[in-house]
Amino acid sequence: MATSRDIIINRALQEIEDGMYVNLGIGIPTLIANAIPNDRHVMLQSENGLLGIGPYPLEHEVDADEINAGKETVTAQKGASYFDSAESFAMIRGGHIDLAILGGMEVAENGDLANWMIPGKMVKGMGGAMDLVNGAKRVVIIMEHVNKYGESKVKSSCTLPLTGSRVVHRLITDKAVFDFMDAGMVLIETLAGLTVEDIRAVTEANFTVSPELERMPVGE
Amino acid sequence: MQQGKIYDSFTEATADIFDGATLVVGGFGLCGIPEKSIAALQEKGVKELTVVSNNCGVDDFGLGILLHSRQIKKMISSYVGENKTFEQQYLSGEIEVDLVPQGTLAERIRAGGAGIPGFYTPTGVGTPIAEGKEQKQFDGKTYLLEEGIVGDFALVKAWKADKLGNLVFRKTSRNFNPLVATAGKVTIVEVEELVEVGELDPNEIHTPAVYVQRIIVGTDYEKRIERRTVREA
Repeated sequence: MATSRDIIINRALQEIEDGMYVNLGIGIPTLIANAIPNDRHVMLQSENGLLGIGPYPLEHEVDADEINAGKETVTAQKGASYFDSAESFAMIRGGHIDLAILGGMEVAENGDLANWMIPGKMVKGMGGAMDLVNGAKRVVIIMEHVNKYGESKVKSSCTLPLTGSRVVHRLITDKAVFDFMDAGMVLIETLAGLTVEDIRAVTEANFTVSPELERMPVGE
Repeated sequence: MQQGKIYDSFTEATADIFDGATLVVGGFGLCGIPEKSIAALQEKGVKELTVVSNNCGVDDFGLGILLHSRQIKKMISSYVGENKTFEQQYLSGEIEVDLVPQGTLAERIRAGGAGIPGFYTPTGVGTPIAEGKEQKQFDGKTYLLEEGIVGDFALVKAWKADKLGNLVFRKTSRNFNPLVATAGKVTIVEVEELVEVGELDPNEIHTPAVYVQRIIVGTDYEKRIERRTVREA
């Protein structure tokens, strides 16, 4: 039985095409890296200053001077480059990164994203998320459809402070996939076994249904 | 003893850092931090510091040790979540924090060092960080005005320097360091290796010597790793 996380990762993998330059956010998005098939050649960017993240190092290869944005030890793949933080965000903000896949706390029907702070809780900081959502050519958000109380995280408008306004291109949850168009939010895929009505029942946001509605693959 | 830009003790190299100074500090997490200069500041006991750095170390290493000894008044950072001391001092109102998106922080330091007092960026439009900032439309899109940062002192960690202060960084320990090097009225660089002038290939120098006022060699670098992740052979 596939977990919510498997379903999300499996679907998010389809967003990554051969030849892309991609930034994967910290947390679940990082797990996508390990699942990219070997025949898909992508350059993963780490905003602390590495284009071409390789696999985790072998024990004897561990190098304190080589980490990813999640502060994990990594390696560099063949063809990689190192650069400073201003250069890193020049490539992000300047629209040179094809795709950013980030986690979310709330996404609203107009494409607003909230994923960095909860009022009343200790604010840790936004890191590079605000730059990524405003700079990457395409922004895909992955998150569970509902919170632990069963409430929709897909909102008519975000209740949490925003990370970016109208920045999301696609939302992938464990139940459905939505695209954000000028005319609003569109349901493009539902998980096998779920109807459009099932999705409406767990979604606060208003959305229309694509005439070419498809089935989301179930994870392994 | 000082010879040209070369100092032989961290105490001397940091001697004139004063109470209330603004420090711009290199590093990302614990990677590429000027760990010896930070330790010297703790020993010196200088107070009321404003520190511009992407992160604030961990509880017992990096900038975290200056929090522990209550030497920092204000942090300007993009992410401070690795540090319990920070959380306690923030919640008790002992420390101020100005959270700045990472790319904006990098560009503010770069701009400060490059003589640019402000620039417009799309980052943060429509979010809490836009409050109170000038906004301007370019080609129908909204941007925020952000200001350059210059510090009284810049603290940098490089891999190698020559005796003129030309710098080379290693792998991802480069991060904020080259920007920080440009943004101090006085730039203090600690290095793992000091070589003679002419030994570094001019093609490979990341930071030209003009930005560097003081160089000091550190030994026994701890280079602590925050998240040691490995794969099986």
